[in-house]
Amino acid sequence: MSNSSTALAHQFDDIEQQHESDSLGMWIFLATEILFFGGMFLGYSVYRAVYSPAFSEASRRLDVLLGGINTAVLLCSSLTMALAVRAAQLGGRRTVIALLIATIVLGSVFLGIKAFEYYQKYEEHFIPGPHFEFAGANGRHAQIFFSFYFVMTGMHALHMVVGIGIMLTMIWLTKRRRFSPEYYFPIEMTGLYWHFVDIVWVFLFPLLYLVDRS
Amino acid sequence: MIGFPLFPEVASTIASGVDLLYFFLVAITVLFSVLIFALIFYFAVKYRRSPDRKAQQSEGGLGLEITWTAVPFVITLVIFTWGSSLYIANSRVPDRALAINVVGRQWMWKIQHPNGRSEINELHVPVRQPVKLTMASQDVIHSFYIPAFRLKQDVLPGRYVTMWFEPTRPGEYHLFCAEYCGTYHSGMIGRVVVMEPEDFQKWLGGVTEESPVQTGEKLFTNFNCVNCHATGALQRCPQLGGLYGTEVRLEDNSTVKFDEAYIRESIINPNAKIVKGYPAVMPTYRGQVSEEQILDLIAYIRSLTPVKEQTGSATKSTEGR
Amino acid sequence: MDIYREHYLNCSYGVRSWLLTKDHKRIALLFLMSITLFFFLGGAFAVLIRLELLTPQGDLVQAETYNKLFTMHGVIMVFFFLIPSIPSVLGNFLLPMMIGARDLAFPRLNLLSWYIYTIGGLFTLGAVFSGGVDTGWTFYTPYSSVYANSHVIATAVGIFITGFSSILTGLNFIVTTHKMRAPGMTWFRLPLFVWSSYATAIIMVLGTPVIAITLLLVGVERAFGIGIFDPRLGGDPLLFQHLFWFYSHPAVYIMVLPGMGVVSELVTCFSRKRVFGYSFVAFSSVAIAVLGFLVWGHHMFVSGQSPYAGMIFSFLSFMVAIPSAVKVFNWTATLYKGSVSYDAPMLYAMGFIGLFTTGGLTGLFLATIAVDVHVHDTYFVVAHFHYIMVGGTVMAYLGGIHYWWPKISGKLYPEGWARFAALVVFVGFNLTFFPQFILGYLGMPRRYHAYPAEFQVLNVMSTAGASILAVGYVLPMVYLIWSIRYGKTAGDNPWDATGLEWQTPSPPPTENFAATPVVGWDAYDYGAKEEEKELQVV
Repeated sequence: MSNSSTALAHQFDDIEQQHESDSLGMWIFLATEILFFGGMFLGYSVYRAVYSPAFSEASRRLDVLLGGINTAVLLCSSLTMALAVRAAQLGGRRTVIALLIATIVLGSVFLGIKAFEYYQKYEEHFIPGPHFEFAGANGRHAQIFFSFYFVMTGMHALHMVVGIGIMLTMIWLTKRRRFSPEYYFPIEMTGLYWHFVDIVWVFLFPLLYLVDRS
Repeated sequence: MIGFPLFPEVASTIASGVDLLYFFLVAITVLFSVLIFALIFYFAVKYRRSPDRKAQQSEGGLGLEITWTAVPFVITLVIFTWGSSLYIANSRVPDRALAINVVGRQWMWKIQHPNGRSEINELHVPVRQPVKLTMASQDVIHSFYIPAFRLKQDVLPGRYVTMWFEPTRPGEYHLFCAEYCGTYHSGMIGRVVVMEPEDFQKWLGGVTEESPVQTGEKLFTNFNCVNCHATGALQRCPQLGGLYGTEVRLEDNSTVKFDEAYIRESIINPNAKIVKGYPAVMPTYRGQVSEEQILDLIAYIRSLTPVKEQTGSATKSTEGR
Repeated sequence: MDIYREHYLNCSYGVRSWLLTKDHKRIALLFLMSITLFFFLGGAFAVLIRLELLTPQGDLVQAETYNKLFTMHGVIMVFFFLIPSIPSVLGNFLLPMMIGARDLAFPRLNLLSWYIYTIGGLFTLGAVFSGGVDTGWTFYTPYSSVYANSHVIATAVGIFITGFSSILTGLNFIVTTHKMRAPGMTWFRLPLFVWSSYATAIIMVLGTPVIAITLLLVGVERAFGIGIFDPRLGGDPLLFQHLFWFYSHPAVYIMVLPGMGVVSELVTCFSRKRVFGYSFVAFSSVAIAVLGFLVWGHHMFVSGQSPYAGMIFSFLSFMVAIPSAVKVFNWTATLYKGSVSYDAPMLYAMGFIGLFTTGGLTGLFLATIAVDVHVHDTYFVVAHFHYIMVGGTVMAYLGGIHYWWPKISGKLYPEGWARFAALVVFVGFNLTFFPQFILGYLGMPRRYHAYPAEFQVLNVMSTAGASILAVGYVLPMVYLIWSIRYGKTAGDNPWDATGLEWQTPSPPPTENFAATPVVGWDAYDYGAKEEEKELQVV
């Protein structure tokens, strides 16, 4: 059992105030992330509108199967994460750790598949820069597509890596009996963050992979 | 009078309109600045701390709040309306404007008159005649600024922008680059020389180079444009004569105006907008042709359409066989 | 004299106790030290700029050096001084105390915010001292992403990192204001400094991520030669401008709103009156924050932007002026029938109100497209924003530092010197920047290393003013540091001000309050204090 008096930070009067503050803080942080990714989405939308044939052609060269698998993997990881939060609410230490590990594993599978996709693109010379090659008249503008593809999925992957790091920390803290049904907020905040990372992917996938696949 | 100017010269048709609005804004600024400074000063002195008087609290007043919200609102509406109508009026390019091309690059302005006369960092124009500048940058963003005319326009790479003016007084006026563009940004300056019409014609006649149309015709051959855009049985591409200023129909049935921007785009990025019925076989000339050469080619292609037809908007039948 | 009383400065000693502190008051002082260093560095660049501009020729430094000087002056002053100054120093110190809390909601994030600021600052200093960057603080493409030969990426990384400091501070302030107010401290009993800080925090949180991604894209384009903003590769330079100004316009409200909050505190205390129209001032802060996000296109009237978009931005820019005007009138009305004293903080506050009025009104010139076409990218714009940033924010900052100095340090600063310095600043400021309005309308462009000879006299006037202004800034450095050792001991409430921060000792104990206050009165309850005074006199 955790010592809930040490879980209360000194600046707060009671645990509810702390919980509400943590929650509000995380939601505000997620709002900043929306603005951050929003800038990229805006840039992508502008160029997709202006160079639609090139973007369609480039998008078709992405592997929809791998992208689809990744989407399913990430959605499952959100499920395991949500279950982990629920387990933390109920005080099941071992369950929490197991579910966090499952989430990390699924997240790592996602990253592995992503790395493989990146490698494929490298082989096909689709990495923007001096070695970029894309046959056909739309080559130049296809490079813009791939620039956005790599920056957006790269940023997303970075956020996932950070998320995995946070989950490892949560596993460690759970092992050390830091949490209890009265105080499990860091796990809840981790869940919020992970769901957000998932939602970003839910927008990225159709926007990048499913352009004009008629 | 005092050895240095405090106000710029008035040398274009729109300058005094802008100045009038400016002075109105100055009056508003002075009025309210003086009002606030004076009130603060007055209250600070009249109600200065004194042992035999205490401060009188107030609860605020809705009437005052409404007044000093509404009055600024009305004033800003007046300024906005006046300024917008001035802006709209000033942006209408008059007919029969003399067309001059400008290319900006680090760190100079190259100006090209239609008869072939070109100049660097100087722009000679006749007085009392509208002039329309078509401008592009070879590299970074610049800005073509003539304070005496109260005008500037950012000059962009990859796009044409236009600016028009009508000078009202002969003289020499500053020309500045007004968008920071690198090391010698403050050296990218020159002068606008406004001359009486006869003097301008004389100056213009001193042309030693060939006209843009002549240069353009040579480029049209040298770049092999003539091989495709030819007449007769060999026609594989749209005939360019008679097209300038008309609407052409594209593959997806939309139309686009056959103007300088479209010609430039077709040279740099030919597959962007293909005329209906023609194959996508035109190669790109990006990197092979400079902005100045593009302007020369445009001048030539434009010359293939009689001037009368250039202002029409009828959709020409350019569909291929 | 209570020399054995424990407070936040003497409760622990040693570098570690400062570098690992969680106390918002100590973190505020860490920020104070950092931003003061950057202020004087940015100021040194300004000195060199004004010295160069004494003569029409570019003869003091080379063109490339000059371009780096004005770029670094802008980058340092905007990102490393103005944006953090009042929020991270005064906001950090005062916000918890003003609402009756023991600390901010997230003290460790607060410390992290300072470390992030410092790391970003070191990165940028590295860029400065290894050759500098010459793109202008606005980083317009394709110059910055393709053509510039200076340390663009390093500077962009430095600003990117420091942006997170801003975001974390904003996040902390919002949660603190929502969740940590003492019992009885309702929203409409809050000091207006808290309202302003809250509005500022909203902008920090929503706007900063956009500049982050924009600079990231510029860096990526520069490093990999891809075409997001480069027209040769199909990119659009105007997209950069939209993304950049979407943050950088609200950023100017990040810079001025906290100053307005300080002024509300000063004007009330030194007139012994509650502010005239409390809720109007409070809502105006929020209105400025919201409207401020809708006007960015007024930086792009001549950029090639659509004229219809231009008209919309012009209209909205006029609208955002209105809440600022409302505030100015309310402050002025606060003086009416008050009991006004001329202490240095009040001199700064009165200076702010006047200079902000003038500077704000010159914004109307820029919102009017027909006039902006002439004065865009000239010294008119430079004068306008310095009136607001320096005549406004810096004066409010100095006023606030003086006002809360007794609370922060437990000492009184020398009032005579402070009033003198305030006057020197006011005179020096106007002499420096007023001639620039005239230069701007004459047509002198910004960022010019050399200029036509007929502009020289006005430039010399401006440089003369700058030398006076510099004296005005050095004086407080000297006497404030002097006062730490030799100043008279301040009591808990030397100004007899309202506000919870004055209900604790100076300097305050680490926990701020011995017991959580319970608030049963409105802000600026000077009426009660004046009654007390009257009773005492009788």
